[in-house]
Amino acid sequence: MKVKPLPAVPYIKIPDEGEPYLEGYKCGSCGATFLGERATCSKCGARDQMSTTTLPTRGKLYSYSIVYRSFPGIDVPYISAIVDLEDGTAIKGNLINIDPDPASIEFDMPVEVIFADALGRKDQEGNSYLSYFFQPAS
Amino acid sequence: MTDAYIVGVDMIKFGRFPDKTVPQIGAEAALMALDDCGLQIQDMEALYCGNLGQASAMVGQRVLQEIGQTGIPVVNVSNACATGATAFREAWASVKAGLYDCVLAVGVEQMGKGLLGGAGGKTGIPKEGLLGSGTMPAVFAEAGMEHARKHGTTFEQFAKVSVKNHHHSTLNPKAMYQIETPLEEVMNAEMISYPNTKLMCSVNVDGSAAAVICSESKARELGLMKRAIKVRASVLTSDPWQERDLVMPDVNSCTRKAAKAAYEMAGIGPEDVDLVELHDCFATAEILHYENLGLCGDGEAGKLIDDGDVALGGRIPVNVSGGLLSKGHPLGATGIANIYEVSTHLRGEAGARQVEGAKIGLTHVIGLGSACGIHVLEKAS
Repeated sequence: MKVKPLPAVPYIKIPDEGEPYLEGYKCGSCGATFLGERATCSKCGARDQMSTTTLPTRGKLYSYSIVYRSFPGIDVPYISAIVDLEDGTAIKGNLINIDPDPASIEFDMPVEVIFADALGRKDQEGNSYLSYFFQPAS
Repeated sequence: MTDAYIVGVDMIKFGRFPDKTVPQIGAEAALMALDDCGLQIQDMEALYCGNLGQASAMVGQRVLQEIGQTGIPVVNVSNACATGATAFREAWASVKAGLYDCVLAVGVEQMGKGLLGGAGGKTGIPKEGLLGSGTMPAVFAEAGMEHARKHGTTFEQFAKVSVKNHHHSTLNPKAMYQIETPLEEVMNAEMISYPNTKLMCSVNVDGSAAAVICSESKARELGLMKRAIKVRASVLTSDPWQERDLVMPDVNSCTRKAAKAAYEMAGIGPEDVDLVELHDCFATAEILHYENLGLCGDGEAGKLIDDGDVALGGRIPVNVSGGLLSKGHPLGATGIANIYEVSTHLRGEAGARQVEGAKIGLTHVIGLGSACGIHVLEKAS
């Protein structure tokens, strides 16, 4: 039997059937969306108005940096990207499948969210993890 | 409400002091600030001490163990890179409120080398390099690239900030480095996080700075008004909600909010400021704050650095101390070191880097997460 990977962050949801997805929380009062679970809205302060929402899998590149110096054991260079998803939720992650060169990267370029193994990283018990990445979309 | 005045202020030359303790480093600046105004620790009614690295270890009390345990109240302050400014502001507030007439503020930090940020949680797997980067050079690179997308700011313009601040530091004997770095050298230095090269990242150093703050009546009674610096405004903000907060720490809106409040409190506008020490933790950050502090209009920061307006001798000199980029950035000390720099110019005692005729100066720090501290200072009349 195939062992189900663990989510790299709690807002990655891995259903028993179907595709993984990103889960956000949306404020019923002001409409702000957030990554990760919360009870109170930090935009308007409304309490008990939060409900889950499935985040879109497409968005646009808002900002980025190409990281050449990181901590020991972390492969460089890689692109650290801020993406605005189609519903306005901002999310950060690695932008892959593109040359890590400013000449190749355009602000507002369309990207899609894909799910894949977390670069082979395992926890102390040897568990595998599923993470998300961004890649250029047409 | 009384006005509050800086009567004594000083900083040690920033460097690396692995053989000293944090309290020893803090005590040095504390004694220098006391000597600057000829007062004793027995004259201080309270101590406000800023430090990050040992935030839970009673650094203020241990400073007093080095220089005199007089039994005064000690408040230990931690507020990321705004720690020193926050300690200073707490000291200022206590005098403004009439609680005390003469107090001491100390900021101190002992730092290792290397990258800050991006440590991540203790459970699961490391997220650095998996979900982007949480390192400070990358975070501030992303903030700079946000400016680039809005205004077309170039790698070269960001790099010019480092050329300027490193040049300024050659005139500051208390800076960690006094080395010219031409544009090609800055741009060709090791790339850390595009567009920040190694020479566009602030220097991790050990350091301390301290200030003695008095009420107006006390300063007059002690005969210390001649070199006194009036605190025209002291403002602290946190980051108001912004749509990308969770993934992109916001240094802009808290600075704009603080700047607006500071100019209002001082009853001046940015055009009245003669010099600025702002939070150039990375070269990209300095560009953002030209606009955030109103030194130029939105979208004009690139032109401001191109035209030399922010260099010593220009319209509004910024970071003539060498800034965090070259003077160094001992986190908890930085906010008071900036106040020392501006005070020194207002006193006309800044030597080769003196901003001629400086009457009003502004200091700005950002603690990521976020906190913004701004002080407006003026030579006492």
